[in-house]
Amino acid sequence: MAPTPVRELELALDAFEGPFDLLLTLLLKEELEPREVDIAAIVLAFVEYATERGELDLEACGEFLVLVSALLELKARVLFPDEAAELGELEPEEAAEELARRLAEYRRMKEAAAWLVERLAGEQDRWFRLGPAPLAPRGERRLAPQDPAALASALRSLAVPPPNVSLGHMALRFPPVSQFLERFRALLARRRRLDFDAEVGGLSRVEQAVAFLALLELRKTGEIELAQAAPFAPIRIVRAEPASFEEGVTRLDSERMDTWTARSA
Amino acid sequence: MDSPLRLIAANPVDRLARTVEALLVVASAPLSAAELAEAADDDVERVETALGLLSERYTDQRSGIVLERVAGGYAFRASREAADACSRLFERPVERGLSQAALETLAIVAYLGPCSRPEVARIRGVAADSAVASLVERGLVAESGRESAPGGAVRYRTTPLFERVFGLDSLAALPRLDDLGEDEGAIRERLLEVASARAS
Repeated sequence: MAPTPVRELELALDAFEGPFDLLLTLLLKEELEPREVDIAAIVLAFVEYATERGELDLEACGEFLVLVSALLELKARVLFPDEAAELGELEPEEAAEELARRLAEYRRMKEAAAWLVERLAGEQDRWFRLGPAPLAPRGERRLAPQDPAALASALRSLAVPPPNVSLGHMALRFPPVSQFLERFRALLARRRRLDFDAEVGGLSRVEQAVAFLALLELRKTGEIELAQAAPFAPIRIVRAEPASFEEGVTRLDSERMDTWTARSA
Repeated sequence: MDSPLRLIAANPVDRLARTVEALLVVASAPLSAAELAEAADDDVERVETALGLLSERYTDQRSGIVLERVAGGYAFRASREAADACSRLFERPVERGLSQAALETLAIVAYLGPCSRPEVARIRGVAADSAVASLVERGLVAESGRESAPGGAVRYRTTPLFERVFGLDSLAALPRLDDLGEDEGAIRERLLEVASARAS
């Protein structure tokens, strides 16, 4: 009878049941968690299989050792991911000590489990009632004495429509542009040059904006020329002379373009 | 005349003893002296005296019921005489079929708890998820907060039911860890022996 290859060794573990090679495939494909696999049980299964055969198959043993040690390493890496490096740096003596410490800890817990089993066996003739605890009584809610009239008046106060909230303070009042048109025209009749910021300095933001619109209006109709040395610099207003109007605009425009180009460069 | 009822009747805490007895019959888990005192609206010392009287009355051989001190409180249980009859009628779902893995996990949680599943896995070398789940389902362990790191693992501790099933007054009744298992030094020596045998 040809020996069963180790790969076909049938396993019956908690996490897995089937041939050994399928277990390895699943582990390598990461479809099974190495930490779920009880390696001691695999070793036991192999030892049982070897005992059943009665003769020592060195080839099978060698193959098994290689596979199971790889499996052990894989599992150890998963269980102690951070400690691999830490342990690697230990001196052999220290590593042996660390290992002994862990083994001793596990051994103690195994003994504790054995003690629990013994204890349980000794308590087998102790019977008691098990079940959900009876519920604790609910505290009674005490209400203050109520008066129907008070309830009615409370309801009445709820039924009254709420007063209208005035939004007056939120409205913006825009003075007419024409008001500023007239004002600027009157000023320009007396003076040739004006400084916009100086003229509107005492006004509100909204009024300043409307004044600026008036300014644009005057510029559109060709009544004034505007100049500003740089963005946010004071705006200078100059009354346009009918003859030099076209020329002036061109000069100011090119001046402004130069300034902006210089700035942006 | 040997009448336990007489004994209680002659005592000034007789009435309180009857109340405590009644509370213990209704309860399904051990009640502490403080809980009994609060329910009986009496003071703890008097309740303890009453419990003393009751335990005298409910001693083995005199009654089918025994008053025991367990899981940090007092509870009634069946006398050991009646165990066979009980086992013919009732099941023990909490401890039936506890696997070796579950028992080891239970021991780790009892000694080191509150501790998380990764900690249990570290000691046992095998993932503890299914063992912990089975212990939680049986009511032997319960969640008890999380590890302090952000997203820390859930920690578990044993429940009063664990103490009751194992007949422990408290976790302090567990044997000392030092008394269990092989000495660390012995294991180290054995390891070194193996290492030197391999080297030679």
